[in-house]
Amino acid sequence: MNNPRKAGSLAAEKWGQQMRYSGLKVITEGLFGNKGWKAAWREPDPRPEYDVVIIGGGGHGLAAAYYLAKNHGITNVAVLEKGYLGGGNVGRNTTIVRANYYMPGNSEFYSHSLKLWEGLEAELNYNVMHSQRGQLILAHSDGQRDTLARRGNAMINQGDDAELWTRDQVRDFAPYIDFEQTRFPIYGGLMHKRGGTARHDAVAWGYARGADRRGVDLIQNCEVTGIDVVNGKVTGVQTTRGPIRAKKVAMVAAGRSSQVAALAGLRLPIESHVLQAYVTEGLKPVIDSVISFGMGHFYVSQSDKGGLVFGGDIDFYSSYAARGNLPMIEHVMEAGMTLMPMIGRAKILRIWGGIMDMTPDGSPIIDKTPIEGLFVDAGWNYGGFKAVPASGWCLAHLMATGESHEVARRFRLDRFRTGHVMDEEGTGSQHNLH
Amino acid sequence: MRIPCPVCGTRDRREFYYYGAEDYLKRPSDGSSIDELDNHLFLRDNPAGVTRDLWYHETGCASWMVVTRNTVTHEVLGAELVAKPSKKKGTL
Repeated sequence: MNNPRKAGSLAAEKWGQQMRYSGLKVITEGLFGNKGWKAAWREPDPRPEYDVVIIGGGGHGLAAAYYLAKNHGITNVAVLEKGYLGGGNVGRNTTIVRANYYMPGNSEFYSHSLKLWEGLEAELNYNVMHSQRGQLILAHSDGQRDTLARRGNAMINQGDDAELWTRDQVRDFAPYIDFEQTRFPIYGGLMHKRGGTARHDAVAWGYARGADRRGVDLIQNCEVTGIDVVNGKVTGVQTTRGPIRAKKVAMVAAGRSSQVAALAGLRLPIESHVLQAYVTEGLKPVIDSVISFGMGHFYVSQSDKGGLVFGGDIDFYSSYAARGNLPMIEHVMEAGMTLMPMIGRAKILRIWGGIMDMTPDGSPIIDKTPIEGLFVDAGWNYGGFKAVPASGWCLAHLMATGESHEVARRFRLDRFRTGHVMDEEGTGSQHNLH
Repeated sequence: MRIPCPVCGTRDRREFYYYGAEDYLKRPSDGSSIDELDNHLFLRDNPAGVTRDLWYHETGCASWMVVTRNTVTHEVLGAELVAKPSKKKGTL
């Protein structure tokens, strides 16, 4: 027990061997009263020192811990979570997974992420319910169709899939869309067949379990209250469960990134906004893909439970309330009714809000900070869920090697200062425009 | 959310356009450093609590105002015009 790192790893390894999930395991446990299941991860107390501390036990932080251990052999790692694992935005989103970005920098990153998604269940031995049911973006004018053709070409050049669909193809696929209305007539669409959805919580849990069995300590109910910096170098953190020394610290606390960065005296190019999401009562299967109605800021899919899960735009003023205001709810309902009037027959079951790290250009940040040994993974805007695997992969790469991963090298913290902005929407690099 | 416009009285949030943090009013002087411009345009305190930000009464009196409000509770604590009316007659 002289080497706590080794002891932790061995305990985790033993734990992991007992808990491999399989169909056979489900059947045998079912036959014997389900008494053999064990907790999916340990509940360790924090040790006084780690090589790496990750602040934030959401999807991105857990994925980073997993890939630090898996890809780089760095297992003396703690993930500190102020609440419970996966209790933030990874459990509050609308679960869309896609790789249909246009700009260099975004395109290769989300492409990499989708490839990781495609192997994730085998990788983690965990059912994340990744369902590649396709994502359809609608066009409502010749100009918009041209823009989608350009986007589709960019996706194909990146090695991903895209099909430009005619109005008739869209009609065959989704006959319930209102093809008669004149305000936003359907001119066609861009189908991304490898796009789809996944089970949001399961992604966090799968990475948590995978990181834990490789020796990472997942420490819940542990809020970071200070970041220790000596001579411009990070030395550890102060927490509600005592001080922890660390050689490297990553801030992966989207939704509260500005507050965590302030502990180290940093200001980030981030403003927090609330984004609302909606789910109806469970219905029989009706929408078998993801449909994006960009003109109305509306998108919808159907969960495996049957609820129509949909969302719109942010409320457009800075907010940390995990609930929104009525004007945006009204706007989203109007957009849904415009696109598919049948949705008016469904009853809304729940509405909730999540806090988004909004950057001026709508693109994220995975970078070093001016403080040596302190890293930041933040600014995921409203697109963090699909990015979870690649964000973890690239942050782990950056922390282990000191160099940005090639698919994340444009996600720089200082890109607004230097003018290298990545404005995917093309609306301008300003805080209130994304 | 309702915003107390100093000119029009308390009005629905939908009448207003949100611009961003009060930092936009703290314009650095000519010849200021890149750091000062970065702070002015992009870097933000982004407080969870009381904040002061710029709103424009788009469908009302077309005034710019600084609204003091709480980002956690959505409570609006007050609003003041950016351009105060001058005491001299006939000017702003």
